[in-house]
Amino acid sequence: MSQQITAPVLPPQAPVQRKPLFRIDNRYIAPAFITCILLAGHLTFGILESYQKTLLAIVTSILLELILGRIFFHKWVHPASAYITGISVGILVRSPAFWPYALCSAISITSKYVLQVKGRHIWNPSNFGISAMLFLAPETVASLSIQWGNYLLPMVVIWILGSVIIWRLRRFHITGIYVASFIAFAFLRSWMTGSPWQSEIAPITGPMYQLFIFFMITDPKTTVRSKRGQCLVVFLVALLEMILRLYQIVYAPFYALFLVGPAAMLIEIWLDSRRAIAGHLTVAS
Amino acid sequence: MTGNRIARIVLFLFFIALLATPFAMKRISAGRDADHSKADAKTALARHGFYLREVSHAAGINFVHQSPKLDPRLDPIMPEVASMGASVSIVDFDHDGWPDIYVTNSAIGSKNALYRNMHDGTFKDVASELGIADVNQSGTGVSMGAVWGDYDNDGYEDLFLIKWGRPELFHNDQGHGFTRVTEQAGLPAWVNANTAIWFDYDGDGLLDLFVGGYYSEDIDLWHLTTTRIMPESFEYAKNGGRKYLFHNLGNGKFEEVSTRVGIDSRSWALAAAAADLRGSGHPDLFVSNDYGVSELYFNDGKRFREVGEETGVGFAPKSGMNAAFGDILNQGKFSVYVSNISEDGILIQGNNLWVPKEGTAGDTLQYQNLARDFGVELGGWSFGAQFGDLNNDGTLDLYLTNGYISLDRNRSYWYDFSKVAGGNSSIIGDAKNWPAFEGRSLSGYQTKRVWLNDGAGEFVDVAQAIGATDTYDGRSVALVDLWNRGVLDVVVANQNGPLLLYKNTVAPDNQWIEFELEGTASNRSAIGAEVTLFWNGQQQVQCVSGGSGFAAQNDRRLHFGLGKNPHIEKAVIRWPSGKQQTIDTPAANQLHKLKEPA
Repeated sequence: MSQQITAPVLPPQAPVQRKPLFRIDNRYIAPAFITCILLAGHLTFGILESYQKTLLAIVTSILLELILGRIFFHKWVHPASAYITGISVGILVRSPAFWPYALCSAISITSKYVLQVKGRHIWNPSNFGISAMLFLAPETVASLSIQWGNYLLPMVVIWILGSVIIWRLRRFHITGIYVASFIAFAFLRSWMTGSPWQSEIAPITGPMYQLFIFFMITDPKTTVRSKRGQCLVVFLVALLEMILRLYQIVYAPFYALFLVGPAAMLIEIWLDSRRAIAGHLTVAS
Repeated sequence: MTGNRIARIVLFLFFIALLATPFAMKRISAGRDADHSKADAKTALARHGFYLREVSHAAGINFVHQSPKLDPRLDPIMPEVASMGASVSIVDFDHDGWPDIYVTNSAIGSKNALYRNMHDGTFKDVASELGIADVNQSGTGVSMGAVWGDYDNDGYEDLFLIKWGRPELFHNDQGHGFTRVTEQAGLPAWVNANTAIWFDYDGDGLLDLFVGGYYSEDIDLWHLTTTRIMPESFEYAKNGGRKYLFHNLGNGKFEEVSTRVGIDSRSWALAAAAADLRGSGHPDLFVSNDYGVSELYFNDGKRFREVGEETGVGFAPKSGMNAAFGDILNQGKFSVYVSNISEDGILIQGNNLWVPKEGTAGDTLQYQNLARDFGVELGGWSFGAQFGDLNNDGTLDLYLTNGYISLDRNRSYWYDFSKVAGGNSSIIGDAKNWPAFEGRSLSGYQTKRVWLNDGAGEFVDVAQAIGATDTYDGRSVALVDLWNRGVLDVVVANQNGPLLLYKNTVAPDNQWIEFELEGTASNRSAIGAEVTLFWNGQQQVQCVSGGSGFAAQNDRRLHFGLGKNPHIEKAVIRWPSGKQQTIDTPAANQLHKLKEPA
């Protein structure tokens, strides 16, 4: 979730006609947004069981990023990405203990440096970290689900704000395709299982999904480059999620992204390498 | 090998270590928290100082609780909406010096039972002949719990019946029968409540009654006009039943004063308990709410002030289902235990053990949740819990029952539950939007917790080792010395399950002392009276309760374990009237009957 909103890959800017009075560095938009979500959620509903746990997740994330960046890139890496990872962990991980917050952040950040193919990390860090924690420590860790109220207004505010920001970052199509796919699949599930359609739609109206659709699936570093490819991948995420839901997997969206995201990245990397080889051959010939 | 390559190898090993950490934490936790071995009685006695043996049938008790069957429109989720009603309360209704047991039933037409203690190890159900059995008739709702208190100070405990439906007050006619006095008392026609407690909030010597609504009181669960009866939120719901505080006017009538005295809440109350937490001389009120935060009301004798958030107990919303007080560190201070839900990988709320913060007291009292530190955090879908010294070693232990809905062992409703529970209020608030249960379990067949207190801040679960091995859907727990032996026995009421009597056998070298109090200027039940026992350089405070735990009431007699070779210095009794009485060097291994001095 974190990285890519922090440092989105934007197409070259058109020549600037006039200088705006106030311009925000794109790297700060996502951190600012997620901070707003956190503050709004906490001040209205007290979503954080303790400030200390969230702080622990953020500090662990940033510290580890700085250390690993220094070791492997020989520079101080900009902390915005790690901040988003930490804050996402702080919001999404629910545990009465402290250690899962630090551990989840540490796994998330370290995964970026370990799980690389041709210099690109293939898992969204917080998606990897949270999936790992849910799988490895279910007796201690759950994810944000029923917490954070069930009221419409905060969600509408997040939807509007999130949409504007994602639009500005030119990744709204990812969120849009996912939401449309989810809703279509929800009705399909309802038809297949006989469950009320409202119960199938319900998850996407909850807080966990807001972080998922605005931060995780749109992460520039762990999504494929082409717009068409992004649309296809996010549709496949929704499709796999639906299949997992039919098997009653509670954290279906996390696991769907965990499986589809890296597979798409690997295919893209493989295609890139083939193109590169073909290019070399062409030049050589 | 280049430096970068070495760094990569180190990083990889570090990553593997991170992924292995949960396993290490699990091993550490398993080693510390529990004795899962199933020991025989002799071994349990040697290792833990006591063991429990389930003796209900031998004692002549064959009570099986029946859940309510509500409006047919709720059929798809009936197991969930009809998941409460099993309760147990202890009372010596006939004043013969032997505790009796009252249990509720919850199907229309089912009968409640009053088990008279026959003094020979057996019990006899006398509810029908005394007129308090057939209380679940069609059109009047069904029982959810019962609390006993002598509201007219005639020396006999009267019965308040908590119901989804018409609440009932029965006057105890000197142990020979009960007279229904609901209308004369001025109680409301319909309340969907799961908790009530007797306490004398204004210190006038007359017991008052707090009743906490769960479903809104304008809902008749058997004849719904709408299916929009569910909580609007799973953590911030404010559409539950109203709260009532019935002030005892002393002439058999009660006046409802909740709003006037500062209690105005529509949280979904499931448990309540009262004790003087600040040493103010007035009982404070703790309310555990489902779908929300707990509420703590400081009482100045005339008005209540809700201080949940400022004291720390009312900030993080969970699914509160229990309220029990215990002086777990023998410091003369009450901690509060609130049970919640924990289901591996889905919802880890953790139970709360609210311990007074060092250096805070009186109006600045604050609590911190030390459930994890003390090892009493995870108890599954937890319901009733009570503190009591089960092995007479001088520290209060904790008995917790749990388990929500046990149907098909192999199919779980958790997926559908979590799917809907996180959704928008317009979806979760309407029962028709909930997927059908279809015979699935929801946190069913859970093992119980019996946490032994080592006195130094750690509790160890020994339930399996000492014989608390049932896996019924436990709701209500009451502790009582059933046979006047100087040990605490355990009575557990199970939803759709049998009433269990766990007879306790304790290592004989651990000693004990018990107190039975009778108020004169204070209410005659002495509810709210505190006994602080000083022995072997330590102290422990206990309070006579008018209801605690979940839908439960312990014996009014106070039981203290003393450990080996105790030297008892004194017992200090603080009566609800404010009078203080000191008994020097009371003898161990005795029940002391004390009357409030003039």
